Amino acid sequence: MLCVVPVLPQHRLDSIQVLDEVVVTAKQNREIIAPQKLSGKELEALNVFSVADAIRYFSGVQLKDYGGVGGLKTINIRSMGTNQVGVFYNGIQLGNAQNGQVDLGKFSMDNIEEISLYSGQKSNIFQTARDFGSASSIYITARKPRFKAGKATNLKASLKIGSFDLLNPSVLFEYKLSDAVNMSFNGEWINSSGKYKVHYKRVFPNSDMVAYDTTAVRKNGDLNASRLEASLYGVLPRGTWAVQAYNYSSDRGVPGAVINNVWRRGERMDDINSFIQGNTKLNLSGWWTTQLNMKYAADYTHFENFDYTLYPTNNKFWQKEFYVATANIFPIKPWWDVSLSYDFQWNTLDADFQRMDDYDVFAYPTRTSHWLVVATAFDFDRLKVQASLLNTFVHESVKKQIVPEDKQVFSPAFFGSFKIFRDEDFRLNAFYKKIFRMATFNEMYYVEMISSDIDPEYATQYSAGLSYRKARKNSFWRNLDIQLDAYCNTVEDKIISTPKSPLFKWTTYNLGYVKIKGIDVSLGSTMQIDRLLFQSKLQYTYQKAQDFTDPTDTFYGDQIPYIPWHSGTAIVSVAYEDWALNYSFIYTGERYSQSDNIIYNHVQPWYTHDISFIKTFRVNAIHCRAALEINNLLGQDYEVIFNYPMPKRNYRFSFVVEL
Amino acid sequence: MKRPVAYIVLIWILGMGFLSCREDEHIIVAEYQRIPDPVDPNSRIAGMYLVNEGNMGSNKCTLDYLDFTTSVYMRNIYPERNPTVVKELGDVGNDVQIYGEKLYVVVNCSHKMEVLDARTGIRLTQIDIPNCRYVRFYRGQAYVSSYVAGVLIDPNAPLGAVYKVDTTTLKIIDKVTVGYQPEEMEVLGEYLYVANSGGYRVPYYDNTVSVVELERFKQVRKIPVGLNLHRIRKDDYGRLWVSSRGNYNDIYSPYGSVSSNLFVLEKKMGYNDMVVTDTIGIPCSNMAIHGDSLFLYSHEYDNQGGESMLTYAIINVRTKEVVSKNFITDGTESEIKMPYGIAVHPETGAIYVSDAKNYVSTGTLSCYDKNGKRQWRVQTGDIPAHMAFLKKINECGTLVFLY
Repeated sequence: MLCVVPVLPQHRLDSIQVLDEVVVTAKQNREIIAPQKLSGKELEALNVFSVADAIRYFSGVQLKDYGGVGGLKTINIRSMGTNQVGVFYNGIQLGNAQNGQVDLGKFSMDNIEEISLYSGQKSNIFQTARDFGSASSIYITARKPRFKAGKATNLKASLKIGSFDLLNPSVLFEYKLSDAVNMSFNGEWINSSGKYKVHYKRVFPNSDMVAYDTTAVRKNGDLNASRLEASLYGVLPRGTWAVQAYNYSSDRGVPGAVINNVWRRGERMDDINSFIQGNTKLNLSGWWTTQLNMKYAADYTHFENFDYTLYPTNNKFWQKEFYVATANIFPIKPWWDVSLSYDFQWNTLDADFQRMDDYDVFAYPTRTSHWLVVATAFDFDRLKVQASLLNTFVHESVKKQIVPEDKQVFSPAFFGSFKIFRDEDFRLNAFYKKIFRMATFNEMYYVEMISSDIDPEYATQYSAGLSYRKARKNSFWRNLDIQLDAYCNTVEDKIISTPKSPLFKWTTYNLGYVKIKGIDVSLGSTMQIDRLLFQSKLQYTYQKAQDFTDPTDTFYGDQIPYIPWHSGTAIVSVAYEDWALNYSFIYTGERYSQSDNIIYNHVQPWYTHDISFIKTFRVNAIHCRAALEINNLLGQDYEVIFNYPMPKRNYRFSFVVEL
Repeated sequence: MKRPVAYIVLIWILGMGFLSCREDEHIIVAEYQRIPDPVDPNSRIAGMYLVNEGNMGSNKCTLDYLDFTTSVYMRNIYPERNPTVVKELGDVGNDVQIYGEKLYVVVNCSHKMEVLDARTGIRLTQIDIPNCRYVRFYRGQAYVSSYVAGVLIDPNAPLGAVYKVDTTTLKIIDKVTVGYQPEEMEVLGEYLYVANSGGYRVPYYDNTVSVVELERFKQVRKIPVGLNLHRIRKDDYGRLWVSSRGNYNDIYSPYGSVSSNLFVLEKKMGYNDMVVTDTIGIPCSNMAIHGDSLFLYSHEYDNQGGESMLTYAIINVRTKEVVSKNFITDGTESEIKMPYGIAVHPETGAIYVSDAKNYVSTGTLSCYDKNGKRQWRVQTGDIPAHMAFLKKINECGTLVFLY
């Protein structure tokens, strides 16, 4: 739809036996408001390295990027905050009960088939209760095995090398065990010194004479990471099943803020994230289709500070999570479905602060959560409507500190889509949703924290939009895709952590009220002249996100930190036979690094131009693909987060063989 | 053939039109604001410097100056006066003092003490001291407390140090190891008294004041005072007033819950050693002594409600009695969210209280007259905290304008 990769995958679908998607009627599995989506070919053409890089191309999204290969990358959708975003990997939510954030930089694009972004929620009622439970969601889907007729194995190997001393080999092996079961194995190793040049320059106002101009090398940003994944996909007489095992381990430097007189830091972090998850969908009878999801996850994090001038830190954290969910849909009439889903989750956090003595103030929290959702969907041909009511119950127990009260919250959502003309795919979409997030373990039990009872943080969304899609076979315009959305969100009882007294003591409380008004526009098109294929996608976001917490604040009514008023992206691709050229542009307008919209906190706009060349070819039966990328082509010195400089121009070369 | 390309280019140009572009980053220039104080031409005090700490990692330590000779408040004067200094003043200012003609700014997370010309705000040099905290002076030498004495021997217990810096050559000439994580210091007689906090050793905080004999520059004694010491000031009666932060009511501490307190140290008749003679029994976060009055503010937490209680008290240092529990008399203390610095004008007795708000936004500085009525309030930088008064020389006290 969007970008082009020539030859290789173009005709693949015709001769592939798809194992999946046998189950249930198509109607029930389709969401009524289409997500923003990047999949297979478009993703390959964009040549992005991590999921975080890909998500920058969605509208309404702000990526928080601390720079470099190993730097933390989180996203904020429609300004409601990082913690309000749910991230789902192969259909099951990734958890981080400790800090509530998922580092999207950890998810490499090596085996990713599709990334979708849903505002509100996936508007599909046959899903687990947790799918209803975030203000917005990202779904990351790994590649599933597909075999050409007569083939029982697929092998893909790739090697990426580039700036920051990057070395990234990976291998993907898919094997057809039987007609009913496929297997897939994927492994990857990423190694990078993370070193890059940063440049700081200041000029005098008016005269533009140089005041200072300095270049340094960003250090302690090294990364050594590996990822292993194994999956089984099967079909049953009346459904499907899948099991996945995932392991990611890394050892990295934490480069820290660039401040006066300090150019290097001693903080290090290693982590191991593992999970095993399974899913099965069964069409039990004409009136009952069910799915079962299960997951067990274990995460380990180790922070250490080797800087002798600072507080000696050597902290280890262990998180465990068990999750089980059942979702059921009951078609009552051809135009009316009802669904019922129940999820259960158990989380614990364990910590070791490497102390010699027996002093231990850590809370050792355990959280059990129950989600129950009742939903209904009506499909009157041109008008589709959904309503859901989610009931969340959270119980927490602690070994130390004060036990928080049990929380129970009802959160409703309504989604609707109306096809305006009978023969055109021109729709009016709208939704309302009120949702909340719980305080994370860090927010409640951080060491040296005075923990008080913290209420959930609520996000309310009103959104309306128009979408138009048109595909034509034999004309100059092959494809047109226009989307326009306007929304108004509020975030209440925002959970805020601040040091409540000098130095060591922190506290978390519910304070903060933010109103967000925004417009997202996107325009995608495909044009073909002869064998030349042009594709483009333009996307623009306007956001006004104001802090209305306290009228006596100096920043009352000011734009909240790091939300630009204007942002946008443009992608243009040109393909000619087995050559392709992709160009992308990302713009983030002026914004402020702190609450007060004053000159001292002003952050200039930044924009980068990225370009990539791709050539595909065959050597006997082997498909080869070579790509060269140049990112930040004009070498702009920019910072997404104040004092965390981003790399200047950098290069990456990748070579993929497939057989 | 040309049409699609033209179309894309057109949209492109239209799109670019309303997006603003990036320019070279400018040196940040100071802001000036008039304050309603009458100018007293006979005053010996020219002005007051204020250091805004800036939140950790923000590199937003800034220097403000209140000019009493013109009644103008100047915000962020450092960058324009020192445009060539890469990344400006630095990260987390922790102290400011004036000695002779020089202004000393201790910048904690930038691991340096910045030395400026006190009349112009122009930088003379920087002295690198790891994790430096406070500076005091005695006979041409500057003494800088530092959380670390050097490369770790025992990672769980790095002892702190006091560095000795010559104020003429501006070079480190000596170092003495003191207690754990030393904070403020005070010179009394021939001795330097150092309040040790032990803040890195939770819950086993330090509880001593180190006594350093200045002549030999040796730690001669440690006086047990109270848990987690912070401030130390002398009065006109040869006493030391030492504040303890306690353990923030930590019920899991082996010492039990200990709240903040204020102690008085004095020499016993016939002895040369300072000992604790009085415990005032009032929490103290910061203090300023003016004549017989000790002004203090404190934030204490209520562990149940998670609320912090703010107190603005006056203590008569002669009688050691709490004279007032609120030196702000006009009710404007409710507009201060987080008091973070206090200073008293040496002549007028005006009280300056800074407000750090939520630590990540612009703070304020409020001026109260000696009766506790608010005279004015100005916006400062982030986390306004430390103040120092500049004396006039030959009637010429104005900070030199460069622009």
